[in-house]
Amino acid sequence: MATAVLQSASATGAGGGKDIINDFSIVAATVNGSGSQTANMTLIRALFHMGIPVNGKNLFPSNIEGLPTWFTIRVSKDGYIARRDGVEILVAFNDQTVVEDIRLLPPGGVCFYSDELKLFNRSRDDIIYYQLPVKEVSREALDAAIASGAIRKDDRLKFKGRLASMVYVGVLAQMLGIDMTAIRQALENQFKGRRKPVEMNWNIVQRTADWARENLPKLDPYRVQPMNETAGKIIIEGNTAGALGAIYGGMTVAAWYPITPATSLADELEEYAAKLRKTPDGKATYAIIQAEDEIAAIGMVVGASWAGARAMTSTSGPGISLMTEFVGFAYYTEIPAVIWDVQRMGPSTGLPTRVSQGDLLKAYLLGHGDTKHIVLLPGSVKECFEFGHTAFDLAERFQTPVFVLSDLDLGMNYWMSEPFEYPAKPIDRGKVLDAEAVKRLGREWGRYKDVDGDGIPWRTLPGTEAPGAAYFTRGSGHNEYALYSERGEDWLRNMARLAKKHETAREYVPAPVIDQRQGARVGLMAFGSADPAVVEARDRLAKEGVETSYLRLRALPFSESVRDFIAAHEEVYVIEMNRDAQLASLLRMEYPELATRLVSIAYADGLPLTARFVTGQVLAHERELAGAGR
Amino acid sequence: MEATRPVNGKVNQLGLQKIEYDGSKTTLCAGCGHNSISQRIIDAAYELSLPQHKVIKLSGIGCSSKSPAYFMGRAHGINALHGRMPTVATGATVANHDLLAIGVSGDGDTGSIGFSPYKHMLRRNVPMVYIIENNGVYGLTKGQFSATSDEGQKTRYYGTQRFPSLDMCMEAIVAGAGFVARSFSGDAKQVRELLKAAMAYKGTAVLDIISPCVTFNDEPDSNKSFAYGKANEYPLHEIGVVLPFEEIQVDYEPGTVQQVKLHDGPTIQLRKLEAGYDATSKMGALARLDQAREKGEFITGLLYIDESRPTLPELENLVETPLAWLTEKDTRPSRESLDQIMREFM
Ligand SMILES: Cc1ncc(C[n+]2csc(CCOP(=O)(O)OP(=O)(O)O)c2C)c(N)n1
Ligand code: SF4
Ligand SMILES: [Mg+2]
Repeated sequence: MATAVLQSASATGAGGGKDIINDFSIVAATVNGSGSQTANMTLIRALFHMGIPVNGKNLFPSNIEGLPTWFTIRVSKDGYIARRDGVEILVAFNDQTVVEDIRLLPPGGVCFYSDELKLFNRSRDDIIYYQLPVKEVSREALDAAIASGAIRKDDRLKFKGRLASMVYVGVLAQMLGIDMTAIRQALENQFKGRRKPVEMNWNIVQRTADWARENLPKLDPYRVQPMNETAGKIIIEGNTAGALGAIYGGMTVAAWYPITPATSLADELEEYAAKLRKTPDGKATYAIIQAEDEIAAIGMVVGASWAGARAMTSTSGPGISLMTEFVGFAYYTEIPAVIWDVQRMGPSTGLPTRVSQGDLLKAYLLGHGDTKHIVLLPGSVKECFEFGHTAFDLAERFQTPVFVLSDLDLGMNYWMSEPFEYPAKPIDRGKVLDAEAVKRLGREWGRYKDVDGDGIPWRTLPGTEAPGAAYFTRGSGHNEYALYSERGEDWLRNMARLAKKHETAREYVPAPVIDQRQGARVGLMAFGSADPAVVEARDRLAKEGVETSYLRLRALPFSESVRDFIAAHEEVYVIEMNRDAQLASLLRMEYPELATRLVSIAYADGLPLTARFVTGQVLAHERELAGAGR
Repeated sequence: MEATRPVNGKVNQLGLQKIEYDGSKTTLCAGCGHNSISQRIIDAAYELSLPQHKVIKLSGIGCSSKSPAYFMGRAHGINALHGRMPTVATGATVANHDLLAIGVSGDGDTGSIGFSPYKHMLRRNVPMVYIIENNGVYGLTKGQFSATSDEGQKTRYYGTQRFPSLDMCMEAIVAGAGFVARSFSGDAKQVRELLKAAMAYKGTAVLDIISPCVTFNDEPDSNKSFAYGKANEYPLHEIGVVLPFEEIQVDYEPGTVQQVKLHDGPTIQLRKLEAGYDATSKMGALARLDQAREKGEFITGLLYIDESRPTLPELENLVETPLAWLTEKDTRPSRESLDQIMREFM
């Protein structure tokens, strides 16, 4: 094997400098569809097995094969999991982007590059280069695998990319000090213990690690060291978490239409339901239907819920807009529905594989006429699981559509988490009258009558055998007894009750998570996947002398504590990933008397927020205020 | 042949009088074809002794779609969105496969805005009776053309139809439906018997019933008018439904009667009026429909029947208990199973 030591004499950070341990990021720049996902997941899992906090983000194009994709792995001894702007270590495997990828490295950065790149050149002399023997290793590995029958000859091309990616796993393992047993464990995990692929990949990793030990002198300062920060934790995507939540929440019907980034939620639902929700004789306690479009998907959900199922759908922005009429209908006819919106960047197809929090207002107000909904805002994979099951309880308790607003970053990226807790409360099917109750109540029962003072009426399900149990559900005007009515009084009373129901929900939905610091002038407010950047930014701000309180919103409508939080701070920065400050606008609408305290940090470029950005924005504004003499 | 009679002339097998199958008072125009169809639904449900708590009524939006409020007032009903009733029915029948779903739609509701839901419902063989009350116009929005009005057709306010019509029966057969019938609201007996057969059929049963709109499309030159239907209806056969507890009449000439036994027990008897028409032949049905369209014939009857395809709930391989009635014990997997899954992600 050719020796390929390439170094740059003037590279800073090389050799003698101080080691940088467990605090850097790696980006693997590859071609979409080339099969690098396995390699990236192996690295993440290995680091995780070493006890080091780690987070993986896939920045992929809207394309199946051929366009560039970047997978970023952040290693953080402090446990930060937000995206970082600076990436120190580049694995360059894509000719299309290599020039720009190298340009983006910080001084002292490291570039591992494939010897198959044609457009590679050492354009900078302030970084460190390592060439990887991809050509030879992957050719030999393929030959060996074909000879041993591990892969078929015809599949050579298909496997080429996957095996080539394993080359950087081996070299990085050696150069960064990743534990080889952790790599082995990761591979076992990755291939669910299937021997042949484990061995095939393990061979390449071992071989290239050995090669690197002999041929690549360490010139850069980046290293990993075992820690004890991941014991007992899991690493998982939000969509998997949400699907599991739904299954443990007793989902019985799901209908969906494929759309990135929501598709994997339905896929995982299908996969785990098949494992967990079949009787010993193979009968299903659920049905999952791939609908002809999103209107049909929500129609099926509404029909199923009306008939008594716990029904859900999952989609993204474009699907949400198609569901508008049904959501308005379900709100007014009071039919439960769980609707996952895994947000992506719009309008229109927009940036379908990039993240945004642009559907907040849309989800909250979706419909026609007067509508407002319960919207759950998971901020972690753990909450994707939790809200995955409680969404059904809320939808049935309130007899109304409930949105779960996740996003691409949360849904499709890999997050470290405490293991999910088994639901603490029994399933809540809400106010459903059985035949006995209907008989007892007789004519007193009215489908849309508020007998408990919380705005929530009682319903009956089709199939209930009791005189008077049946009623007619209609989107047109109706009175308390579900009879057709165009009377203004009936309309007003019904809409007032629906508003009351919404008020009841305020203290019923997941409460915000508040960390209020004694004496802090500044408050921060955020939701969803903006959280990790805000958490990290608070530490940075504290170092700059700006102590902050933090309210992480977990649902709409707002609870009273949101108002209290704003009132308790001179400035509250509302941080969100959209252009028009949707959360800040809602807050201003709801609390006009506090509007002047709100400062919006709304930003959306398709990438997850970074702590640097948030810190910079807050500091700039604080300095401005200080300059203005406040 | 009269298929079934109340046990004592007043009550059916459940001991119910026919009036107990009524709904609230209709608000449709006097003489509207849709009203007579509602009456036939009442007749059929009464004669089949349907328990109303086991029935769900569904509809889209239109004059026709209002009608589920006017029959079987003891059954749950849902008046959904324009064109979207098939999707609601899909969800409801999967949620509770014990219920008999009766859907009422219009030609606008099915043929235009609801065309995709209609076709996909048929593909999936959603177990339901799907009635199209076909008047060739949008009644509720005051007389615009629908996709089932024939080329050259004139209406009072919207001039002449310039495009060819869609035939909901042909569309149904092409989409895989196994029960496809056409009838005329003025032919009470045929509508009633077809409804009974449809209610006994296990998959999607389509009934495209020409149902004149007396307000917007009842000029004698309209082939959706009452006068036209009365004068031109051409039944392919005389249909009767024989319930399991009734005796099948056998006094017919060989080859003149076609019998189809449904899985639930009833037998459909078709006494042929057009020799050679075979209701179990898909291509035969399509060819005959095409010919009828070419010649401007108004053929009615059970055009096509085939009960072999599994229904959607059957394909979903569901547990016996309707999903809607499952309890936490059935739908929340164990604590141990979650622990196990969590370990797999460690
Ligand atoms: C989304 C939507 N678009 C339009 C309408 C208006 N609209 C109500 S009924 C109807 C047509 C109904 O025609 P058809 O289904 O033939 O029923 P008919 O009244 O003739 O029985 C239309 C267009 C609506 N209710 N919803
Ligand atoms: S407008 Fe036509 S379809 Fe509507 S109720 Fe009157 S007659 Fe019937
Ligand atoms: Mg019509």
